[in-house]
Amino acid sequence: MREIKILAIVVFFTAVTYWGVEPYAHSQMHPHVAPADFSFKEIEPLHVNGNVDNGKALVEANCITCHSIKKLGFEAPLSAEDSAASYGVVPPDLSHAGVIYDKNYLAGFLKDPVGATKLSHKFGDAKPYAMPSFSFLSEQEIADIVAYFGTIVSTKVSNKVVFEEACGRCHSMKYDALKAQTPSSFMKSYLGAEAPDLSMMIRSKKAEYLNTFINEPLKMVEGIAMPRVGLTEVSQNQVISYMESVGDRKKAERESLGLKLIGFMAIFTLIAYLWKVKIWKEVE
Amino acid sequence: MAEIRKSEGFIDWLDQRLAVKAFMRVMMTEYWIPKNINFLWAMGVVLVVLFGVLLVTGLLLLMYYKPDINLAFDSVNYTIMQEVEYGWLWRHMHGVAASATFLIIYIHLFTGIYYGSYKKGREIIWITGMVLFIAFSAEAFSGYMLPWGQMSYWAAQVITNLFSGIPVIGDDVVIWIRGDYVVADATLTRFFMLHVVLLPLVIIVVIAVHFYSLRFPHVNNQESEVFDFESESKKFLEGDKKESKVVPFWPVFLSKDFFVVGFFMTIFFALVCYQFDFAMDPINFEPANSMKTPAHIYPEWYFLWNYEVLRGFFFDIGGMAAMDIGLIAFVIANIVFMILPFLDRNPMNTAPAHKRPVFKYWFWLLVCDMIVLTVYGKLPPTGVNAWVGFVAAVIFLGLFIALPFITKHEAKGDAQ
Repeated sequence: MREIKILAIVVFFTAVTYWGVEPYAHSQMHPHVAPADFSFKEIEPLHVNGNVDNGKALVEANCITCHSIKKLGFEAPLSAEDSAASYGVVPPDLSHAGVIYDKNYLAGFLKDPVGATKLSHKFGDAKPYAMPSFSFLSEQEIADIVAYFGTIVSTKVSNKVVFEEACGRCHSMKYDALKAQTPSSFMKSYLGAEAPDLSMMIRSKKAEYLNTFINEPLKMVEGIAMPRVGLTEVSQNQVISYMESVGDRKKAERESLGLKLIGFMAIFTLIAYLWKVKIWKEVE
Repeated sequence: MAEIRKSEGFIDWLDQRLAVKAFMRVMMTEYWIPKNINFLWAMGVVLVVLFGVLLVTGLLLLMYYKPDINLAFDSVNYTIMQEVEYGWLWRHMHGVAASATFLIIYIHLFTGIYYGSYKKGREIIWITGMVLFIAFSAEAFSGYMLPWGQMSYWAAQVITNLFSGIPVIGDDVVIWIRGDYVVADATLTRFFMLHVVLLPLVIIVVIAVHFYSLRFPHVNNQESEVFDFESESKKFLEGDKKESKVVPFWPVFLSKDFFVVGFFMTIFFALVCYQFDFAMDPINFEPANSMKTPAHIYPEWYFLWNYEVLRGFFFDIGGMAAMDIGLIAFVIANIVFMILPFLDRNPMNTAPAHKRPVFKYWFWLLVCDMIVLTVYGKLPPTGVNAWVGFVAAVIFLGLFIALPFITKHEAKGDAQ
């Protein structure tokens, strides 16, 4: 009985200390923020339905002068090096744009790229954003383009491809031999900061934080150079899964081995207890 | 030379040459431990097991680790964590065992204070224990630098910089420790040397002395009862096991320790596989970057109380710079436990704290104050947090200033 009491005291003080330095301290260091918003509420939704054929014509007339759409055989007009030199960053391939980005976001992005990406603290009249605003197009035309992007691919996009298209223009993934499409020397002059390698980001930031962060970086880090890219919830989960498969690829092994190790020690403890009782019976 | 006969078997052969039977008697079957103890007396053996875990996993990690600022991070996070079979397990065990070691050290230390096991002949046990605490602290700090993550770098930067507070030679000492003007490759390599060679050697030697010093005053017991070990052990050997106040180290004492160790290691593996962030801070999975200061710099949890004593003095007092006051308080905090046996002016009363009228309040106040210091050592030192830290740091120092008076007062009461 006395030992149980002592154990309770030890556990109590240990638990208070743990609570103080882990959950409590972290809640103080990282104040609570609103959860991720995958509906991109502040962007006004489209009121019209898009016409795919019309969208196709608009995309071929406007987008492929800078962007590649490899699925359709449209190659990038410039090499990565040259396009980085002329635009500051390599323009993304648009093959899966209609699938991995939210439709509402895409429409908002076409109308006002700097506003949608939340980069007004980095770009403006003095330093124009590489992607021009298509606000001169009508609401209907914007809807047509968005509708057309949604039809380019019908198969499910792999986690890695989502990562490459959404993140891989700026970020490398060294542990999966992925190099950022934009040469790193351009990154600093383009955004004012180097984009970190993301190999271990899943361990350093954790999935929960990444979920809110990728959805809207500026909300989490003041003045950050990373744009809001407008991933849908599904594709953002794919990005995080991919990061986990690279940075924490032994997770499944860890979680299944954990049970075996705990089981082994529990049996050891039980046997040790029985032995202890037997030995102490002689002396007590 | 002993007479060598034809041996009756392997053990006898060894015994004639190494006296293994006598050795086993002295170290195991006739090493007497009081019977009236609780599971807190198993913490020493838990620490030995943890040290064993650290040593073995450390050796495995050493086979792949590269002490070079360009290679260290990837050798840990890619080679060991992902490529090497079960490399992640060795690393997680190593990291969690380091934290767990400190938790047990603190329990061990508070047990010693509570039961008065630091005085009346047990001073050397206490002092070697505190030397071990300092050696383990240095071991933990140097090890934390090795993965070369953000906190490895910035904690090293901040902690090595503390030495600049030493009058006159401070700045030179910092450069001497770092081997460079800033924390750099030379720093990493020398801390690697400290972590894998020099400090483990020191720790092993001091552990041996710690155990040796335990043999003369004997292990304390729950009531601090003083009895004649010789006659009690005689009783035991004559078969009066239930009456005797002592038990042999093997198998009786260890049988209980195995159980406690098993219980503890079950929790340990749960932490290793599912709840490791407290011991392996996520921020250290970000590579060291000297151009990017982390928003919050803090040491591992087991150094926080100490760190808060340093940080608690955040304003100048009477013309003395806050930094200097903090540093002095920090140095005092680091050595004050070492001299505890001499601050206690009631050296003959070894009763457990709950039987001492004033000391018991002192003890629990100390525990609570150190927890407050630990928690506030991690929180951002702004607004009210800074003041809580300041008050807790003052109370911490005040407790040790008050201790001689409290115990002296108690001694007077005892004499009446």
